Amino acid sequence: MSAHSLTSMFGWLVWRDLILAWRRRSDVLATVFFFVIVVSLFPLGIGPERETLRSIAPGVVWVAALLASMLSLGRIFGNDYQDGTLEQLLLTPQSTYLIVLGKTLAHWLVSELPLVIVAPVLGLQFGLSENSLAIVIVSLLVGTPVLSLVGSIGAALTLGLRAANVLVALLVLPLYIPVLIFGTGAVQASVNGASPRAWLLLLAATAVLSLVFAPWAASAALKISVE
Amino acid sequence: MLEVINLGCIRGDRRLFKDLNFSAKPNELIELRGANGSGKTSLLRLLCGLATPAEGEVRWQGKNIRSLGEDYFRDVAYLAHQNAVKDELSAIENLRISSAVNGNNLKGDQAQQILGRIGLSSQQNLPARSLSAGQRRRLALARLLTSNAKFWILDEVLTSLDDAAVKLSREFIGEHLKTGGLAIIATHHDLDLAADRIQRIELSK
Repeated sequence: MSAHSLTSMFGWLVWRDLILAWRRRSDVLATVFFFVIVVSLFPLGIGPERETLRSIAPGVVWVAALLASMLSLGRIFGNDYQDGTLEQLLLTPQSTYLIVLGKTLAHWLVSELPLVIVAPVLGLQFGLSENSLAIVIVSLLVGTPVLSLVGSIGAALTLGLRAANVLVALLVLPLYIPVLIFGTGAVQASVNGASPRAWLLLLAATAVLSLVFAPWAASAALKISVE
Repeated sequence: MLEVINLGCIRGDRRLFKDLNFSAKPNELIELRGANGSGKTSLLRLLCGLATPAEGEVRWQGKNIRSLGEDYFRDVAYLAHQNAVKDELSAIENLRISSAVNGNNLKGDQAQQILGRIGLSSQQNLPARSLSAGQRRRLALARLLTSNAKFWILDEVLTSLDDAAVKLSREFIGEHLKTGGLAIIATHHDLDLAADRIQRIELSK
């Protein structure tokens, strides 16, 4: 099989998921609204003291991003599993690794990228400086792919189970802890006027690691779930 | 071309079948029969490589399909119980996207032609959500026609099809067999297919 047709198959797979997401955009919007609302509740609940808000902002934004991505993980494989298209995808002449990677990429574009885009607006509520807002964007941009990638493992493992959503959360949230620590660390550093570079590099390392291993683990899980 | 050697299948703690042996060559049709729950679908899933055999092996052109991996999938088309039709996409989008993901880019007029043949011309731009059960099955059949697979694995292909569509699917399968294809069909109905060689396999409970 030539590289060209592999790329074209991969492209069509991603494109397919983007079209499907667009046709069911209410699902996508729900995730974004959830993120917006969760983050906005904190300033309302805690009060307008700038210093407090500024110090909790990194944690709040990141925890909300983790929770929001929980909501959408079930959709990576769930719908395709139910109508039988997942089986057909597994029977296409491309490796399961690429299928998982394609679906994860689509998930990131649809469910995580919008969070990255709205995050700076939400950061304003916490009185973050311009510099810190930029770090919020960068850290989310580097960290959210890990959420999609690691989440795909949980989504694949819980496919077709009852209470899959709760199980995914139990499985995946502990695995998100490094991302949470590095991500908030980066933003916190910039809020305190230190350099976030080390944190971002750690975050990037996590991203590279999960890019290599997560699709592989998820494809193994997928094969078990489909069997 | 296809060889099944000592194949055994266990679902849960129940043994569905064991020591199943058969082989098939191009132009050959295998009719798979058996009561409900006798393991027809399980056998078909083993044949397409979606499930791993508990014992024995399936060989394609002399090699175990496990070691062939994706190369085997290029030769196989599987029509399952589920139609694998996306509700959100129109009939023609379903067809074009599923074949493109399979590495087979269909042009718009090719897709229209196939939909015309299968009797879905006037529904081609309707979302699949609004198609009837039989029309969705037709759409799944259309996907089969777009594939270049040599080995068709069909599970209850005639489910919810009307007389005209049953006749059509007979034609398709007949053509496929004539052009060097190979097919295995799990069915409860007599297919009356005009194939050169027909093999019957009966799974007992």
